[in-house]
Amino acid sequence: MPALDKDKRHLYRLAVLFAAGILAFLGLRAVMVPKGFGRYGFFRAGALTDIRSLPISYAGRAACADCHSDIVDMRKGSLHAQIGCEACHGPLEAHAAAPDTTKPRLPNGRALCLGCHLENVAKPASFPQVDPKEHGDAGPCTSCHNPHHPEIS
Amino acid sequence: MAVDRRIFLQETGKFLILTGVASVAFEHVLAGTAEAAENYHLTDHWWAMAIDIDKCIGCGGCVRACKAENHVPLEPFYFRTWVERYHVKPEDMEHPEVDSPDGGYDGFPERYAQGDGTKNFFVPKLCNHCAHSPCVQVCPVGATFESPDGVVLVDKSYCLGCRYCVQACPYGCRFIDPRTNTVDKCTLCYHRITKGLTTACCEVCPMGARRLGDLKDPKDPIHAFLRDHKIQVLKPQMATGAKVYYNDLDGSVR
Repeated sequence: MPALDKDKRHLYRLAVLFAAGILAFLGLRAVMVPKGFGRYGFFRAGALTDIRSLPISYAGRAACADCHSDIVDMRKGSLHAQIGCEACHGPLEAHAAAPDTTKPRLPNGRALCLGCHLENVAKPASFPQVDPKEHGDAGPCTSCHNPHHPEIS
Repeated sequence: MAVDRRIFLQETGKFLILTGVASVAFEHVLAGTAEAAENYHLTDHWWAMAIDIDKCIGCGGCVRACKAENHVPLEPFYFRTWVERYHVKPEDMEHPEVDSPDGGYDGFPERYAQGDGTKNFFVPKLCNHCAHSPCVQVCPVGATFESPDGVVLVDKSYCLGCRYCVQACPYGCRFIDPRTNTVDKCTLCYHRITKGLTTACCEVCPMGARRLGDLKDPKDPIHAFLRDHKIQVLKPQMATGAKVYYNDLDGSVR
């Protein structure tokens, strides 16, 4: 190849500069953009896995039913049948994972019952509501109502 | 050899095409291969929630469960979900009285009298997991995004805490977590729903007023719910593609 023409040399210099610039850009981008960014969209794909791997606190009613089938049977046909166990008993994943060592606390009956059943004009009219001053004798609700099957027959 | 116009254009064209191809190829190399997820396929789901306002009794169970499940700060101004009480005079629907004591965490003490001619009801609120989220559009770094299965999530390791999204959300569903100074919001219990569980709020709702639904699952009861009720989303005029569907949403609800 003959020696480069004088009027061509500056073009090659420019091309080399461009190539170096592009390489530097690509290299910097490879370092600065996190792995998996852009796989599903303008975000880091690994974030999905990070969020998915967070621990749960509520085991879900299916986990309760695995052992407590007697309570499931008791609740059948009652107005409380569709309520999740953990709505009253609190988060119980720890108990479901280690039933012998972690025991759930017994809910505070009266406060818990009134949490839903206290009279309030904003509640749907069809929902059973009580005025604790008039209903019962200020004793525990459970002396008349079984919370797993609250209807009095 | 003099470079004439033809050769110059040819060479420039080749250069542009080759660099374009190379950069696209490089992008694919950088992105890597998709991780194999055992039981959960992103493309098989499109998550939504159905809320039946007629059933909500304002017990606050969802608010407490959400805070417990997701370790939301307990101070009464950080919420991923909360419940509002509406007190509407039918002749002045434009100006409802709305309150939400501690987000409904401890229920709602009675404030109004029976039979005073007003309309009173509860509205549970949470992130609407919009399909066209204003919050996602404003994030300058791609820290918040719509996942391929329809959940708006935050990459906490990537969030700058710039607060743009807090301002952009028309539903007020985002807050800055004081512990990390990054944004926090409802994840639709993404760590639960991807394991086949329902969200914490749906799990504990005693009335079944809120139900998680998968719009891509033809057997999901949400389809019957959407078909059998008069459904509305919040602020439909903002065209956010909100996916929290309310039954019997009153016009006064903002």
